[in-house]
Amino acid sequence: MNAIENTNHGGNGGHGGNGAGGHGGYNFAYLDEQSKRMIRRAILKAVAIPGYQVPFGSREMPLPYGWGTGGIQVTASIIGRDDVLKVIDQGADDTTNAVSIRKFFVRTAGIATTEETGQATIIQTRHRIPEQSLLPGQILVYQVPIPEPLRWLEARETETRKMHGLADYGIMHVKLYEDIAKYGHIETSYDYPVRVNGRYLTAPSPIPKFDNPKMNDMPALQLFGAGREKRIYAIPPHTRVESLDFDDHPFEVQTWSEVCALCGADDTYLDEVIMDDRGTSMFVCSDTAHCAERRAAGHRGPDGDAAPTGLVP
Amino acid sequence: MYVAVKGGEKAIDNAHRLLAEARRGDPETPELTLDQIREQLGLAVDRVMGEGSVYDADLAALAIKQACGDLVEAIFLLRAFRATLPRLAESQPLDTARMTIRRRISATFKDLPGGQVLGPTFDYTHRLLDFDLARPAEAPPGSAQDHGQAPDQPSPKDESMPRVTDLLADQDLIEREVPGDPHGPVADLTREPLAFPAGRDLRLQNLARGDEGFLLALGYSSQRGYGRTHPFAGEIRMGEVAVEIVPEELGFPIVIGEITVTECQMVNQFAGSATVPPRFTRGYGLVFGASERKAMAMALVDRSLRARELGEDIVAPAQDEEFVLYHSDNVEAQGFVQHLKLPHYVDFQGELVLVRGLREEALARRKGAAE
Repeated sequence: MNAIENTNHGGNGGHGGNGAGGHGGYNFAYLDEQSKRMIRRAILKAVAIPGYQVPFGSREMPLPYGWGTGGIQVTASIIGRDDVLKVIDQGADDTTNAVSIRKFFVRTAGIATTEETGQATIIQTRHRIPEQSLLPGQILVYQVPIPEPLRWLEARETETRKMHGLADYGIMHVKLYEDIAKYGHIETSYDYPVRVNGRYLTAPSPIPKFDNPKMNDMPALQLFGAGREKRIYAIPPHTRVESLDFDDHPFEVQTWSEVCALCGADDTYLDEVIMDDRGTSMFVCSDTAHCAERRAAGHRGPDGDAAPTGLVP
Repeated sequence: MYVAVKGGEKAIDNAHRLLAEARRGDPETPELTLDQIREQLGLAVDRVMGEGSVYDADLAALAIKQACGDLVEAIFLLRAFRATLPRLAESQPLDTARMTIRRRISATFKDLPGGQVLGPTFDYTHRLLDFDLARPAEAPPGSAQDHGQAPDQPSPKDESMPRVTDLLADQDLIEREVPGDPHGPVADLTREPLAFPAGRDLRLQNLARGDEGFLLALGYSSQRGYGRTHPFAGEIRMGEVAVEIVPEELGFPIVIGEITVTECQMVNQFAGSATVPPRFTRGYGLVFGASERKAMAMALVDRSLRARELGEDIVAPAQDEEFVLYHSDNVEAQGFVQHLKLPHYVDFQGELVLVRGLREEALARRKGAAE
């Protein structure tokens, strides 16, 4: 029983906020300093080669692969005691997984958190970029499931690495062309491939293509972590990011005929909420913090007094 | 009316409480102890130690208890714990020829130096439910009262047990296993990500940690013709081996403990080539504990994955190293499969917008054609 009795690890008791700012026997922000240094070296390389996927020795985290282990490792490696962290999933601060990841960092690093986009120094996200423009000095950390934009066209990593090396992206252009020939449109609505700094074809992670234009010339640093696939990539501030398209079929984003039912915004990405079994639905901002800020400023949508209730606890 | 996702934190706390309740089951039933799990569910403990890649039966038993018996979840718990441990040293290569044998069989020779030792095995049990086990035994198993007589097999075996493959190698009938540089670096996929082509050290590490079910199916597929390798179970042995390290300040090996392992050496055909005369080739499996099925499957897959090295056509999944090594890890696989239950409504909304647009256009076209 020695192994169990002698360890500080395990168990769910004892939140952070001790001298080390960590949790029980764990280091600040969970990862040991050696691992953080290894990850920061990968990040530096990624920043130096915008859009290039840097292999790194991804650690096994106490959350499952697919839950954001890449983003969590990136955040854990760059976060300091003075940082203010915002975590969103599907644009919302209070989706269960965003709550869980925020709690993980509060517990292991004792850092301050916020829901306000403008107040955060680090924003970890899954599937969205906040509506509000990000600021210089902020860092946006994306959780990435499949970092390879060519993966669905070529399953082999040995092949796709060659294609990147040669900047041979013909198969992607052919795929987009075939979409247009078959459907009249490019049939990709999220994780829409981008070209970073005119060189690497890059997966923006499964954000809706609505968010792609925000990546271009963004004042904030964008870091991408793929834990299971063991890759990190980056887009430095004010880098050119182009969504692939053709002269006669320019890139376009999703639009809705509806506005946000709560805040009345007509320029945000909307979630559809099904109201009954007769096809009635309402549309609300996916970015909950942005929607709340607008309502606080007096904006109202057609159903603006509907009070969000709750996930059945 | 509008049900957003507020209250996520409370819902999570409640979920954890419900899970704890479900784990405990009926409180009238005595709670499991780790000793009971370790001693009476030893094969589950062995699997969790192997795929969790930590040799610690107590921690594995704790993980099994915490995971309510879900072994893949238990493996995940142990792996996440493992990731926080420092790497103190690299051991010397295990010498399985010096194993304290509890089981040793060869399917290729009727008798051989050291003999065959059946040991504890399900192999010749009739799979009839033993209703006597449904109630606690009155006397300890193996006592005279239990089955009339005690097992008379002396165990464990401690005499010299040369490996079957070494006997074949003496006659040059099987390829030589040339030891690598004992001071050279050993690949570790927990520190550096997989890269291809993968060396055999990296491959064997990957397979040893790999999911038993995945390897079993792949090994099976190779037997059924998807990349046939004509295997014979040259030898399977299970028992205790010493783990040695060489501390820098001492400069000679010291034993730091003993572990139980199962080793399988498959002997496979090879037609030979222009430069190499026909001789047998090897597939190798080694796992923690008594995990014979996994060791055998591993040996089959290891041999299949040597296709490129041996100049064989790569035509089957079991021969494809990217396919096998990228998909063998059940901690990675279970995470990515199950992440589909996380919210995806932003992406799904994007797809809805797209499909509705495409449908409108299709309907308009059909209407136009009808008019």
